[in-house]
Amino acid sequence: MSDTTANAAPQGQVKWGRVRQSRRISDKVLRVFATVSTMLAVFVLFWILGMLIWKGGQGISLDLFTKITPGPGTAGGGLLNAIVGSIVLTFLGIAIATPIGVMAGTYLAEYGKGSKLADLVRFINDILLSAPSILIGLFVYVILVMPFRGYSGWAGSIALAIIALPVIVRTTEDMLRLVPNSLREAGAALGAPPSIVIRQISWRAAKAGIVTGILLALARIAGETAPLLFTALNNSFWFNWNLTGGISNLPVTIYAFASAPYDNWQQLAWAGALLITAAILALSIGARSLLNRK
Amino acid sequence: MVAVYERTYQNATKVTRKANPFGFDPIFAALSKAAAITVLVLLAGIMASMIYGGWPAFREFGFGFLTGTQWDTMNDRYGGLPAIVGTLSTALIAMVIGVPLSIGTAIYLTQLAPAWFKRPVGTAVELLAAVPSIIYGMWGLFVFVPLFAAYFQVPVSQVVEGMPIVGTILYARSPSGLGILSAGIILAFMIVPFIASLTRDMLDQIPTVLRESAYGIGCTTWEVVRHVLLPQAGVSIVGAVMLGLGRALGETMAVTFVIGNANRLSASIMDPGSTIASRIASEFNEALGMQMNALIGLGCVLFFVTFVVLVIARILVSRVKQY
Repeated sequence: MSDTTANAAPQGQVKWGRVRQSRRISDKVLRVFATVSTMLAVFVLFWILGMLIWKGGQGISLDLFTKITPGPGTAGGGLLNAIVGSIVLTFLGIAIATPIGVMAGTYLAEYGKGSKLADLVRFINDILLSAPSILIGLFVYVILVMPFRGYSGWAGSIALAIIALPVIVRTTEDMLRLVPNSLREAGAALGAPPSIVIRQISWRAAKAGIVTGILLALARIAGETAPLLFTALNNSFWFNWNLTGGISNLPVTIYAFASAPYDNWQQLAWAGALLITAAILALSIGARSLLNRK
Repeated sequence: MVAVYERTYQNATKVTRKANPFGFDPIFAALSKAAAITVLVLLAGIMASMIYGGWPAFREFGFGFLTGTQWDTMNDRYGGLPAIVGTLSTALIAMVIGVPLSIGTAIYLTQLAPAWFKRPVGTAVELLAAVPSIIYGMWGLFVFVPLFAAYFQVPVSQVVEGMPIVGTILYARSPSGLGILSAGIILAFMIVPFIASLTRDMLDQIPTVLRESAYGIGCTTWEVVRHVLLPQAGVSIVGAVMLGLGRALGETMAVTFVIGNANRLSASIMDPGSTIASRIASEFNEALGMQMNALIGLGCVLFFVTFVVLVIARILVSRVKQY
């Protein structure tokens, strides 16, 4: 295409051959660069996944799910307490964040249209969405761990909830905004007060989207390590449902075991990393397909 | 007939009015407003707790907390300069490497990829963004760092040794692979999928007509990107890049694994260093008294730096042109 344009207008002293060549080169450079950078990203993904499967796969055994984390220098062991602890912390975090997040998103989309407060909350929520997670860990440390003098499962799950909250607020608002206003008007015309319209019509219409948001929040907090370092900490004992003490969890265990001098610890760290990545990727893919199905 | 109708109608309104003021409606509205305000309270709380926790350190060391290079736990003297410089330099390296790659990826995904290829590759990029940072850290420490040491640090150090400036910046005293540059490269890999998927969404919003008319007068892909797409998306791409910067500044686990956690200021980016986040992650649990206050003080510095970056980013992103 560029050839015809260039040939069609030969004028003055412009050296069209050179122009044509430089246009062709700049285009080529862009194409190659864009393709290479994409391939690099995809290559890194497969490299990381491949390494996880190769190194972590060797550690997948029944022991992993039935034995608790081994002490220093002890052979064998599994990740049972860390797996259970992580599941409890993550789901507790989601359980705390979901009602607040969905209600806040509802306020932004339904009640606060055009209000100054809603604009401010939306802006601050976006900031919170990208705030460094280690600062959230420090915050929870200052307000919960310092005054009560002890690491606790509660502190850990509250830190995770603070990370999940902005994700849920954002997706809930976006999804409620997709619900056509005519549905709301139809409900209001039947005499339903706003709270009924919201619960029976808006929420129901946006259900898949809101659930997607919760799944994405779950995927986001499942692998978070930094905020758990000084809140839930870790312990190497059997999980005892005591949320007022330190609680073992996968990310912190992986962090502690990965650079440890014991072979079986390193092996467990790789297996844990494989488990956690598989869970997170499955959640992300699940959330995506849920959204695309609509 | 009309009278009867009006009476029933009035009765009907009366009934509903009686139910309304004490109904669930105002409670629901108040609850949702309270939930929205929780978001504000959280950010204010984070800010307040950082200032409160770091205050003893600010009072003790004053401005020297930002400019001091000593991190002496024996004598309780703390200066944050090495960590602050480490944070800024790793983020800068990540941006220099990551931004061109992410914009290239976004251009490939929106302009060059064949239709059937777009979705799987787009999903792969998004999944890369979902991989937790501790996994990047392990990959960095056990896979990337040894390769980096053997095939980049050692040969480059040999070449640049003794050269002015370059010899200072790129010479590795102990080519272990750990260091500011490795951390910056790992961070670049982490922010590429993030910036790329944001930029892709922005490029996708530009009406096809604009692009097609440019191709129609014979523009090459480069010219379309350079003169049509980038000017159109312009400011919001800068916003996406700033969001990536906010991420790079506060990223903790991956950096902690590969930066080497050395607490001194070095002129070479091949040498180990530390960032604010990695310092907090590796020291906080053993810290007592003033050391803890100093770490929270560093957290406070990080908070305000990322806060400013993110505010600018959000303002730029929200200025996306609406069609």
